[in-house]
Amino acid sequence: MTDLGFIIAGYGVILGGLALYAMALMRRLRAARSEADRIRRAVGADPLE
Amino acid sequence: MGTRLLGILALVAIVGASAFGLFVVKADLNQGDAQRIMYVHVASAWLAYLSFGVTALAGLAYLVRRDLRFDAVAVSGAELGVMFTAFAIWGGMMWGRPVWGVFWSWGDPRLTTTALLLALGIGYLLLRRLIDDPARRATRAAVAGLIAAVDIPIVHFSVEWWRGLHQGPTIGSPDKILNPSAPGMFVAALMFQLLAFSLAWGWLMLRRYQLARLEWLIEEEGRLGGISAAQRAARSGEVAT
Repeated sequence: MTDLGFIIAGYGVILGGLALYAMALMRRLRAARSEADRIRRAVGADPLE
Repeated sequence: MGTRLLGILALVAIVGASAFGLFVVKADLNQGDAQRIMYVHVASAWLAYLSFGVTALAGLAYLVRRDLRFDAVAVSGAELGVMFTAFAIWGGMMWGRPVWGVFWSWGDPRLTTTALLLALGIGYLLLRRLIDDPARRATRAAVAGLIAAVDIPIVHFSVEWWRGLHQGPTIGSPDKILNPSAPGMFVAALMFQLLAFSLAWGWLMLRRYQLARLEWLIEEEGRLGGISAAQRAARSGEVAT
């Protein structure tokens, strides 16, 4: 295969970046879900808040 | 469950399409193996268009309906748009060096207008961070999203309107869809990767939308609790110092 370095760099950054973004997104989503659950619990425990 | 299934399907499709483009399809006679980069480069560019198009349409819908769910769709599209535009530029550079002899040329209209699209997308996301009030933020972001979308047809038709390094469309124009100027296997590999990336885009959009809605809920709770997210951030900064 010719230009192997460019092919690895092209596919590596794009597919690797896609995978990294997906993992980071899932982490952000998990953190937001746990924060939202904490809020729901707090509001449920004390309706006056 | 449906979203998870879509994610698994997207992952399998990307692995399959990449393997097909890298190991099954023959190398191009003139461009050699570097041509294989085109499959991920074009797929990224298509999704960049789609993402910023969705941002503009959702922004327009927000301006008409004043429903913050449209704003959540808009910000999801913009974030993905920035990522896919960066991928398209990177893929183009990795293809351009072995085929054109240069990574980049400011004299090429498509490269320059694509760089502008990336800058507009980043600007959109930065603008959102400057405004604390959700309704004002959504309104201004919607206008910014509509301005950014003006660049999409300019990027697409730049290869027909102006002379540059880029070749004309292979399958991008209506008269070439049924008679593409590339071998069938190349077109099949491109279509396979387009489908795979589109599935991944759909999954990412759904997840990013869910995140945007949760972020709004958390932000709203901070506001209703008598203290804004910005104040909380400032206070946490004071505590840290």
